[in-house]
Amino acid sequence: MKQDTLSMKWKNFIESRKPLIDDWKHTAYLWRKSKLTMIGSFVVLFFIIIAIFAPYIAPYDPIAQDLSQRLQPPSSKHLFGTDQFGRDIFSRVIYGSRIAIWIIILVSIISGGIGTLIGVFAGYFGGIVDEVLMRITDMFLAFPSLVLAMAFAAAMGPSLTNTIIAISLVYWTVYARLARAEALRIKNTEYIEAERAMGASNFRIIFLHVLPMCISPVLVQLTLRMGTIILTAAGLGFLGLGAQPPTPEWGAMVSDGRNYLVDQWWISTFPGIAIAIVVLGFNLLGDGIRDMLDPRLRR
Amino acid sequence: MDEALQIITNIIHDLPGGKEMGLLNFIIKRLLLMILVLFGVLCIVFVIANVIPADPIGALLGGNAPPEVVDQYKHKLGLDKPLAQRFVDYIAGVLRWDLGVSLRTNNPVTEDIRKFFPATLELAIMATLISVSLGIWLGTASAVNRNKGVDHFARIFSILGVSMPVFWTGLLLLLIFYYKLGWLPGPGRLDIFIFPPKTVTGLILIDSIIEGNWTAFWNGLQHLIMPAFVLGYGGTASIARITRASMLDCLRQDYVRTAKAKGLNKRLVIKRHALRNALIPTVTIIGLTFGSLLEGAVLTETVFSWPGLGRYITNGYLVLDYPAIMGGTLYIALIYSIANLIVDILYAFLDPRMRV
Repeated sequence: MKQDTLSMKWKNFIESRKPLIDDWKHTAYLWRKSKLTMIGSFVVLFFIIIAIFAPYIAPYDPIAQDLSQRLQPPSSKHLFGTDQFGRDIFSRVIYGSRIAIWIIILVSIISGGIGTLIGVFAGYFGGIVDEVLMRITDMFLAFPSLVLAMAFAAAMGPSLTNTIIAISLVYWTVYARLARAEALRIKNTEYIEAERAMGASNFRIIFLHVLPMCISPVLVQLTLRMGTIILTAAGLGFLGLGAQPPTPEWGAMVSDGRNYLVDQWWISTFPGIAIAIVVLGFNLLGDGIRDMLDPRLRR
Repeated sequence: MDEALQIITNIIHDLPGGKEMGLLNFIIKRLLLMILVLFGVLCIVFVIANVIPADPIGALLGGNAPPEVVDQYKHKLGLDKPLAQRFVDYIAGVLRWDLGVSLRTNNPVTEDIRKFFPATLELAIMATLISVSLGIWLGTASAVNRNKGVDHFARIFSILGVSMPVFWTGLLLLLIFYYKLGWLPGPGRLDIFIFPPKTVTGLILIDSIIEGNWTAFWNGLQHLIMPAFVLGYGGTASIARITRASMLDCLRQDYVRTAKAKGLNKRLVIKRHALRNALIPTVTIIGLTFGSLLEGAVLTETVFSWPGLGRYITNGYLVLDYPAIMGGTLYIALIYSIANLIVDILYAFLDPRMRV
């Protein structure tokens, strides 16, 4: 008897969620249909796995110098060769994935967090608050992002942490605009009005009702931007304004090999390939997500 | 802000013939906004250079400089004044277009900018030409052959452009086409033995045409190809993507079907009927691409030793050459804002709905 009601409940539950489940199924179908999106997803997955298991995959210590092994070409012993300090490039590239993922995660959290908060406040309060916050956003958007990130990184002193802060300080604007648009829409819905009629404070409404609704478009945008974040971080590293040696950061590694380019091409080439593949993965995945969410292309 | 805009709007509206001046109205609004934003940009640059702790004197003189020398330098740079005073001096300087003297080159920053910017401009214009022609071509080919091999190839090719770091692509091309094959000249704007044309615009290609110096023109063009391609390739994807989408829209229109039904040549229909209309959204993104090229130029110029503004700023950052950093960053922000302004105006011009 009891079993019966439980299964009934389960059935009802499934029944009531049917449109949502169908929607997910359709999304999965679209994902399978688009080969490029699938490839992108696998590349990103592969990248994450490598970052997690880096110590088990890398045959050597990424920072340990061995001057007897300097500038060795790629061989079975050193898959991608060695650099001018005799460090194994394959191990450095593998460990570099950890740096890249660390940058992506922190930048996404910080810039997504700042942007969403500012956008929600601007959209919800409107008026002068909105005007001031949005004009500040415009001011940050008046710089090309890499140039502004360079300025922050140089002023704070180049290091991995400051790279992350600098990139975050540049990228929040996108999310602020998104979250503001979303907050503007939500603020005029009836359930917010009902909430206000019941006497809820602005804070309660913002954090319990408006903010959660703004998160999903921001999350989508965050995934679309991850490739750009890697490229910006690598660009800073290449210019010497990002992570400092001996940190195995991909951009800095490409820069390391510049003086050896003609005869020891492998020093610059392999870290660059790593950047290109991972960013390509994120871009393919992002493109796929954009297409999947586009109602015109969905049906 | 809004009220001020409203008043100005009303004044314009009351002028004779003012009601038809929707576009002008929009432009004035947009200009006012830009002035406000540029003031903010000044503030941000000032904060970056002055409030955040980094030690320009230490970077300039090394850690062991005697205190008197440090004080002397501080005085020379105006760093011994209170912050508020420095801010006022700085704003006043910017208004007089005086950005101070670079610590590294010992020239006024404005003079340095005048010297270095044309190189960046030449590179950016060439890169824009490349990314526009490549992007429109790829986008059209994609749309016409939707979901076929050509489409997939074009998409992968253009996505690859945004995925590969420009500094790395630049190094690889240098390695292949300069060091290994020797087909193209190496870093810099001209070979050392080529006599540069007299500076009129600062753009080597144009200056050498004016002078009729074809050796310099040919050499400059060869030097320009690689960096411009590296830079332009990165901007291809967004143009190709927009062109593809709007082309797909246009191909579905009745007038295209009519044209086809009339028995017109397929190529002609695509070129004359569909592409012309599909290009409206593309035009607007070209301006944005130009702006983002300024960003890529920083990296490209470093790789190709291109004596442009990007490299000037990068070198400034590395030695904390404050006047150069502030001036250069400000100038780039100004150019970037103007590019965005032109895009907005162009968009308003092409699409009357945007003028509200």
